[in-house]
Amino acid sequence: MDSAMILQFLVTGLTNGILYAIVAFGFTMIFSATEIFNFAQGEFVMLGGLLAVTFTQSLHLPIFISFVAAICIVALIAGLMQRFIISPAATTSFVTLIIITFGIAIFLRGLAMFVWGKNPYALPAFSGEKPIAIFGAVITPQVLWIFGIAIVLFLILTFFYTKTIYGKAMLACNYNRDSARLMGIPAKRMVTFCFMLSGALGAVGGVIIAPVSMTFYDQGLAVGIKGFVAAGVGGMGSPAGALVGGLILGVVEAFGAGFISSAYKDIMAMIILILVLCFKPTGLFRTGTG
Amino acid sequence: MKREDLFLFLLLSAIVFVVPLFIKNSYYISILVFFGINAIMAVGLCLLLGYSGQISLAHAGFFGIGAYSSAIVTMHGLPPIVGVAIGIILTILVALTIGIPTLRLRGHYLGLATICAGEVIFICFKEMDSLTGGPSGLPDIPLFEIGSIVLTKPIHYYYMAWILALAVIYFSLNLVNTRIGRAVLSFRYKPVGSEDGALSVGIDVTRYRIKIFVLSTIFCSLAGSVYAHFMSFISPENFDLNFSTLLLIMIVVGGMGSIWGAIWGAGIMTYLPELLRAFKDFDTLIYGGILIGILVFMPEGLRVCFSQSLFGRFSITRRGNQDQKRGS
Repeated sequence: MDSAMILQFLVTGLTNGILYAIVAFGFTMIFSATEIFNFAQGEFVMLGGLLAVTFTQSLHLPIFISFVAAICIVALIAGLMQRFIISPAATTSFVTLIIITFGIAIFLRGLAMFVWGKNPYALPAFSGEKPIAIFGAVITPQVLWIFGIAIVLFLILTFFYTKTIYGKAMLACNYNRDSARLMGIPAKRMVTFCFMLSGALGAVGGVIIAPVSMTFYDQGLAVGIKGFVAAGVGGMGSPAGALVGGLILGVVEAFGAGFISSAYKDIMAMIILILVLCFKPTGLFRTGTG
Repeated sequence: MKREDLFLFLLLSAIVFVVPLFIKNSYYISILVFFGINAIMAVGLCLLLGYSGQISLAHAGFFGIGAYSSAIVTMHGLPPIVGVAIGIILTILVALTIGIPTLRLRGHYLGLATICAGEVIFICFKEMDSLTGGPSGLPDIPLFEIGSIVLTKPIHYYYMAWILALAVIYFSLNLVNTRIGRAVLSFRYKPVGSEDGALSVGIDVTRYRIKIFVLSTIFCSLAGSVYAHFMSFISPENFDLNFSTLLLIMIVVGGMGSIWGAIWGAGIMTYLPELLRAFKDFDTLIYGGILIGILVFMPEGLRVCFSQSLFGRFSITRRGNQDQKRGS
């Protein structure tokens, strides 16, 4: 095996890993704020991608405006979903809540199938398709965009959580809801905001990945599962864990597919998570009891 | 068995044997066969979720193991009953392999672990081409036969599925009132039972968890065998995460914590997609909407809602962690 091949696998792995990390991050945000297992997380990715396709191709808007518009709409959908469906059902058991989010996922999938049909769509790359060769590995410009946007996103989130009052309030709610409320933080509004942010993140993932892999109405569940697995590997409710878990998952998959077998690449992710859960149920990045 | 349960059981048995006298249409009989198959699995999952308080998103996999075992064994010319037996043995082995390490986990973590386990089984069905036919599935599965009796018509499978379902229901209703059943109930949920309490009086919680898990997977395997012979074609998509979730939906829609709720749920969730077929492209959308509506407005499940509106009666509802408010 030569170094160019390894680099190629690494780039592929990181590209997918970034999507998994973004989904896992949104998932873990909702989980730590509300203890809800949000099965509709993958649907945010799907909606983001498909909305961006509509904005660029049917309405001929510039890619940047489509990007922002898609994110805003998905954030709005996520907020409405929390406000009108999840919040009224909040006192039921966690199994019922899981099934409710699954119902929302089915609903959104049905909506997407109705609006966009069953065909896959490709979003044009943000800037050209001409591949760039770096150390023997071939990289499309879109991959560089994905890396860049991921880094910017990471910086924004770090800034948001450590420097802004909203971010700190949200962290406080995640840490202990009742204490946060006693400190005068509007916990209910924070939860809605948390869903919106999570939806927006999912949409970002959907838009940036759409030029690389196609986007279609049924992609949500598969992406969602990868996100859950990444969140589980990193430790449920740990933001840093979600990011690292996602990247690990993407890279392991790419190398597994390259060196062992592409048919069984999905199994590796699952087995990694089962092993992590068996030996350290709280995940790699979280302390405490499972 | 409680008198109320015995009455309902006899009523159900009577309905099962009377219905074929009135319904001759083979399409409706087929739906009732699926109802029976789903009821077997839902009752098993209900024992696991409603009575021992464990979630599983891997049960479609065990349904698949039963179906593939039956299919492969009979396609090699062996009698179907051998296929059923091999399915059960394989299921027990896989269930123990999955259950022993993961059933120490609780709640969400168990959910995650079982999603993974189910996906691993699903990918195996898809990729073990030479044995399972890969993604395109296995066609031409022989009919079920015992001795010289061959089951050819849907009505035969109706009786097969429902006699099996009745046996499973009878067994489960009794199980709840045995030593094992009481032990399981003692550690179920926080407000009703308590794991620490159960441990303190010498109940080996982990062992009971594993026992109930294995039992519920055996039910799935049996249902899988019936399904394979009835359909005569199976493919991996029948056994994916969506189906595991559908089983959970049945339990929750019907009402957790009651075997009758599981049967209600199985019936409704089997018939609903058929009913919505008239809406063509809208069906998924409406299906999702109805599901959300039922769960938001009737979180106790339809069984409780119906009995409350019919008899104005309040039964003790079994819910987990009522004291904790989530997501509002």
